[in-house]
Formats: sequence, structure tokens, C-alpha cells
Amino acid sequence: MSTKSTMAERTKAGAEPGMIALVCIAAWLIPGAGHLMQRRTQKGLVFLIVLPLMFVIGLLLNGRLFPLEVSDPLVFLGAIANRGVGIPYVIARMLDLGAGLITAVTYEYGNTFLMTAGLLNFLVILDAYDIAAGRK
Amino acid sequence: MASHFLLLVLYALLVSVAFAALLRDDPRAQVRLGGMMLAAFVAFAYVVGWLMYPLPL
Repeated sequence: MSTKSTMAERTKAGAEPGMIALVCIAAWLIPGAGHLMQRRTQKGLVFLIVLPLMFVIGLLLNGRLFPLEVSDPLVFLGAIANRGVGIPYVIARMLDLGAGLITAVTYEYGNTFLMTAGLLNFLVILDAYDIAAGRK
Repeated sequence: MASHFLLLVLYALLVSVAFAALLRDDPRAQVRLGGMMLAAFVAFAYVVGWLMYPLPL
């Protein structure tokens, strides 16, 4: 008896589409929540700690949360990356953080931390999707 | 905290931890991959930093 399964068989074992969508939305809003919902506790906790920590460090280093300006493609892409981290971004906006201090020596470091936190969370969302769809 | 090297190491550490958790399931494999990635990040940045040193930037 073969223990290997085809992609189609593994996909069948995945969650319902509504549940997959819920996992993805939770994973976007709270980094690691998608993994925690699927009992991948160790991974979920790592993402829950590391990604918001990167975001906070970025703010402390005087990084900027970019506005959605379509006229400036690089700023626009930076804005998309910033929003990838979910609720921490919303909280920072509500507290008027992330104005950015361009004269600060750590300004570019701050931007890098802020954008990387969001981009890594996009990868985490995709991983949570794969788990929910039964591919992992 | 304005030490470029410390910020580099901190960034490399956090990214390595996230990627190790993402790409490996076994905790020992995560530690191994994370350690290798951290070392590679820091070593590569250090070497590139010295190679760029003479450039008039």
C-alpha cells in the first residue's frame, strides 16, 4: 500500500473555502493567527512575536508608514508592504506613529524593518493558506 | 541605537527566525537553518560592506 498521496487527494483533505478565507484574513490581521487556528502553535507563536517586534523596531528607528500614492510607484509598493502586517499597522496609524524622520540616521533602517515585517507576513499568509488547503 | 552593525545583526536575526519557522517543521532543522541563514546574512553583508568601502558613495 502506497503512503504517498496525490495533490488532488491532499487538496480534498483541506478545509472548506469559507474556512480557508477566514484563516487567511486572520493571518493577515494578526501575524501567526492563521497557524494558531490550525494548531501549528510553535510556528504561530514565532510569527506572533517576531513580525510585530520587527514592526515596532521599525517605528522606534523613525521609519515611515507610506501613504497609498499611485503616482509614485515606489511609495505605493512601500505602502502595500507596510499594510501587510495587519492590526499593528492600524494601531500605529491610530496612534499617529510612523510619520518618519528623514534626517534620522536610522530612517532607512526603520523603513526596511517596517516593510520587511509586512512582506514576511504575506509569506506567512500564503503558508497558512497552503496548510488550510491541505497542501502541507 | 545607531550602530549599523548591531541593526544589521538584529535585522538578520529576526528575518532568519521567521524564514526558519516558515521553511522547516522540525525544531532542530529550524535552529540549523536559522543559524546558517543568520551567519550567511552577516558574513555576506560584512564582506560587501568592505568591498564597497573604497567606492565614493
